[in-house]
Amino acid sequence: MTRQQVLDQYFIETRHKLIDIAAFLDRADRAEGEADFRLDAFRTAIKELSGKKPGRAEKVLLAFSDPTTKPIAKAHGKGACGAWSAKG
Amino acid sequence: MRYIEPHGHMVSRTTDDYQDMVTAGCAAVCEPAFWAGFDRSSVDGFHDYFCQLTDYEPKRAAKFGLPHYSWLCINPKESEDVKLAQEVIGIIPQFIDRPNVLGIGEIGLNKNSRNEMKVLELHVDLAARTNSLILVHTPHLEDKLKGTRLILDVLRSDKRIQPERCIIDHVEEHTIGLVLDAGFWAGMTLYPESKCSPSRAVDMLDCFGHERIWMNSACDWGVSIPLAVPRTALEMRRRAWNADLVDKVIFRNPAQFMSQCPKFKLPQT
Ligand SMILES: [Zn+2]
Repeated sequence: MTRQQVLDQYFIETRHKLIDIAAFLDRADRAEGEADFRLDAFRTAIKELSGKKPGRAEKVLLAFSDPTTKPIAKAHGKGACGAWSAKG
Repeated sequence: MRYIEPHGHMVSRTTDDYQDMVTAGCAAVCEPAFWAGFDRSSVDGFHDYFCQLTDYEPKRAAKFGLPHYSWLCINPKESEDVKLAQEVIGIIPQFIDRPNVLGIGEIGLNKNSRNEMKVLELHVDLAARTNSLILVHTPHLEDKLKGTRLILDVLRSDKRIQPERCIIDHVEEHTIGLVLDAGFWAGMTLYPESKCSPSRAVDMLDCFGHERIWMNSACDWGVSIPLAVPRTALEMRRRAWNADLVDKVIFRNPAQFMSQCPKFKLPQT
């Protein structure tokens, strides 16, 4: 695909997704009470979008990932929340 | 268009889904053992589930002319209870020779705990002893990177395991390179809210090539799309992929992997 074709195919839908992200951050600002580590992780990950080099999707995923390497002692629950906190 | 759905939890889908899949060109469906959404309370619950996967569900699929294959294990989400897991692994040999069983799966990790690791090693040992193919689930979201690394360590440390006979599923941009570089197959799961979108899946194919990769919908009882694979084929066509390359990724690649089990018969299309 040429760059022009990429823009023709994906610009409108990606613009839509970007505005959704902006609206999510506005919504979180308007809401009351404390946020948690997820919002901080989101703001950190978003910085990767303005990077000049390719691999942005990978860098966003890495920003949300548990960087540790040892198995945890016990699984408490089954779910994942989408961001990692050093505090567990 | 023809395709194989290499990872679909059909016991949780309706007959309408079977009809839609076959209408869209599905030529075979493969169903790994999965968590039921609640913990089964005993080994007997798994016995019944394995009967469903190896007897009842193939008959249901056959009503729509669709060959159905299955994979057996206790899912990582239930692996914290090692004693139950050992009992379940103990009954798998009763089912492993059934005609539609392709191998052990979907094993792997969920929260990357020590007990999950122990149960993963037991499954890998069973697969090695029975010369079975392996289908691996990698953890969700923030746990995926660490879990993928731990899984690769376990598989590589067992010298009986051949990477080309293992598929590591649910890869994303931060794990696909690790998996392919180590010689394993990689599965991309197309989910509407997590894992991978059709456009990202095709991006990864553009960046990592078309060998040792398949795509699946992993359709289950959660938010998922049984037609995700043919819809991703449309995404390939949007990018002017030729029909032969689309066929390779959505039909010939999964057929190539699964054909390593002699019980898998190439679907007539
Ligand atoms: Zn699955």
